Amino acid sequence: MKLLKVDNLTTHFHTREGVVKAVDGISFSVNQGETLAIVGESGSGKSVACYSLLKLIPQPPGKIVAGSALFDGRDLLQADESTLQNIRGNDIAIIFQDPMTCLNPYLTVGEQLIEPLIYHHNISRKNAAVRATEILGEVGIVEPEKRMGSYPHEFSGGMRQRVMIAMALITEPKLLICDEPTTALDVTIQAQILNLVKALQIKRNIAVIFISHDLAVVAGVADNVAVMKDGLIVEQGPVDEIFYRGQHEYTKKLLAAIPEGAKPLSAQSPPMNTDKKSEHKPLLSISALKTHFHDYSGGWLKRNQKVIKAVDDVSLTIQQGEILGLVGESGSGKSTLGRSILQLVPITSGSVVFDGTELTRLSPTQMKPVRRRMQMIFQDPYSSLNPRMTVFDTLAEPLLYHRLATRKTVTAQVLALMDDVGLARAAIRKYPHEFSGGQRQRIAVGRAISTKPELVIADEPVSALDVTIQAQILDLILALVEKHDLTMLFISHDLSVVRYIADRIAVMHHGKLVETGITEPLFSAPKHDYTKKLLSAIPVADPVKERQRQVDLIQLGN
Amino acid sequence: MSSSIPAAEILEYAEKGTSLWQDAWIRLRKNTLALFGLGVILTLCLIALMTPFIAPYGYEEQNLLLGAAPPSAEHWLGTDIFGRDMLTRIMYGSRVSLMVGFIATGVALAIGVLWGTIAGYAGGRVDAVMMRIVDILYALPFMIFIVLLMVVFGRNILLLFLAIGAVEWLTMARIVRGQVLSLRRQEFVEAAVSLGLSRWTIIRRHLIPNTLGPVIVYTTLTIPSVMLLEAFLSFLGLGIQPPQSSWGLLISYGVETMEEYPWLLLFPGLTLSITLFALNFLGDGLRDALDPKASRD
Repeated sequence: MKLLKVDNLTTHFHTREGVVKAVDGISFSVNQGETLAIVGESGSGKSVACYSLLKLIPQPPGKIVAGSALFDGRDLLQADESTLQNIRGNDIAIIFQDPMTCLNPYLTVGEQLIEPLIYHHNISRKNAAVRATEILGEVGIVEPEKRMGSYPHEFSGGMRQRVMIAMALITEPKLLICDEPTTALDVTIQAQILNLVKALQIKRNIAVIFISHDLAVVAGVADNVAVMKDGLIVEQGPVDEIFYRGQHEYTKKLLAAIPEGAKPLSAQSPPMNTDKKSEHKPLLSISALKTHFHDYSGGWLKRNQKVIKAVDDVSLTIQQGEILGLVGESGSGKSTLGRSILQLVPITSGSVVFDGTELTRLSPTQMKPVRRRMQMIFQDPYSSLNPRMTVFDTLAEPLLYHRLATRKTVTAQVLALMDDVGLARAAIRKYPHEFSGGQRQRIAVGRAISTKPELVIADEPVSALDVTIQAQILDLILALVEKHDLTMLFISHDLSVVRYIADRIAVMHHGKLVETGITEPLFSAPKHDYTKKLLSAIPVADPVKERQRQVDLIQLGN
Repeated sequence: MSSSIPAAEILEYAEKGTSLWQDAWIRLRKNTLALFGLGVILTLCLIALMTPFIAPYGYEEQNLLLGAAPPSAEHWLGTDIFGRDMLTRIMYGSRVSLMVGFIATGVALAIGVLWGTIAGYAGGRVDAVMMRIVDILYALPFMIFIVLLMVVFGRNILLLFLAIGAVEWLTMARIVRGQVLSLRRQEFVEAAVSLGLSRWTIIRRHLIPNTLGPVIVYTTLTIPSVMLLEAFLSFLGLGIQPPQSSWGLLISYGVETMEEYPWLLLFPGLTLSITLFALNFLGDGLRDALDPKASRD
């Protein structure tokens, strides 16, 4: 039975630059008890399409130009505001990407859960509370009675997403729209949430529209897949059709862009440059490094603050010319470790020796020449570039400051850098906001290599990017490592990315290093329990394997 | 797309050096309203400079027989109760008012932006101490502060500028500090540190330019409020003294005789309003021009 049938949905945005056809006449349908995954890169219109159904897009500038959306026999696009409100409250629920911004920080979770029951269903406060407690238990929150009185910030990211799911399900909707529900989560948490959504769907027999940029995530949950690009559905069909017999160029491109690690193991390419650099001397060695933070939340006059051990007794060496991948979940201290090496955060104890120099004892002045030799690439290309500096300014600044260029030669050098990182020369006088995320990251990479560093620390350089762009930037980084003979510490939460790029891998958990090893042996035979858990949680872009894994998990659970 | 700008132009562009301000000027030139504001301000400044040569009468030239007369062919903007020409007095008043407005605001701007940036960027105890100093100065009654300054240093118009500036910078410091606090958590500041840039370079090139938006808006609001503050001080006998004049002083006298001689309030008030509008147009234009994100077409 068709629960939702969307036909020729067209949504335009009227901007100063003209009409943007965000959704350009798409049709799809969802049956009860089925999952439709809409896959596409950012800007493909996948979210706008779903929000248009509930008129959740800003109007103006947005305008639903044409189309129909039959839900349970009613056309959503023709419905008036009060009908829609009723449908939003009862029949269709949405789970958003970032659970923190969707929960009101000033209300307890319990209060937010019972609100829709009281307003949409006229259920008494007491009964609503009972119902809310039940559903919190159902989504896997331990001690739900107690947690009803907690505020959103008292939950972890994964737990918050569970609360969001509970909120979505409490009115017993027929259709659940999940907008990138796991993108902000760690891989192990992601696996839990995906299983939870799947289990609840089977139990309640609801329809799910699952929006994602990540094909590997979709493989396990979807019955049908629609691939979107530039406002159009370029291909749709059963999940196996799309993954194994995808016809459209773009589908193939998306599948090809999945980092090696997330591809089925059989298709694994031979490990790259594992042994050729082993004879080099260590460029960086860290021993017994501790970086602790004091939690001043009790006021800075209080002396008995809580100590957060972000990096706790870590020893590590990086050989000249190698790419060391540092993986761990958020909060594992991997970014702090990177910043501690660069002396960007004050370290508590331990030593960092770079090319024979002990960095922890250097004064800021002594540090300056060393800084030139160690650079960093940041995660978010939107905040790592000064919005008021052009590409030229951004790239020329380090060159001029470190006297690597003179006023006369600087332009030629900046242009050479731009060629190096694949930016069009004509873009030299543009500001960061005029570029896409991938191009911005190219600028940031250019800035990092501008000082001719020996060591580059890349802190999640591709996490904020779309999958096809991700592959481009990774290849760029590999090419530059090769060309400039760089040594790199590559920090990421994404194991498949690290597997693609790193020679050696170090796994961090709760501030400690739990395992290090050559990439392929570590992936095929992890020793530490945490590494095993981490590896088993990676979604694989292979529907058959994913289904098998879910069966395994269920059996494991029983 | 790689050849839409000829190589020669790129080279020339880079050799001339690029600055935010050059780009801003190019954008400002396209904003008619802002240019109009700039034109008004410049005209006013020019008139103020030229006043001794172009004023129709002397500023203390009285005509007691005439008294307060409405606008006429001889006295375009009328005369005050002593028969002094209002146009002349407004022109002379603009010298004081514009000077107070710009110098005192300039002082406030310089101290406030520096103080706020340093406090926000240093953070921790330095920030706490610097901002407590601001709080203490806030709490100090303004009048007592000015009177103290006057008593110690004697009455002096320059001192008046400094005193007003020294009070107005407090809010500026707070605004800038708030901006910097959020800016310094951005990764581009961290990137600047890891490039090895000195603190001063980071403050000058990366922090201050990014605080300009709110700073400019607040500055355009400060200038008229400073002009009125001067009037208040002059009214109390702490500022300039009659027969000298300033817009603020003319307005406060105009208020007293508003019912009998409305033009004594109307014309100085109008002049101040026009200045204020012009400043706001210019300020908004500058803010947009200095923000690369604003559309550049």
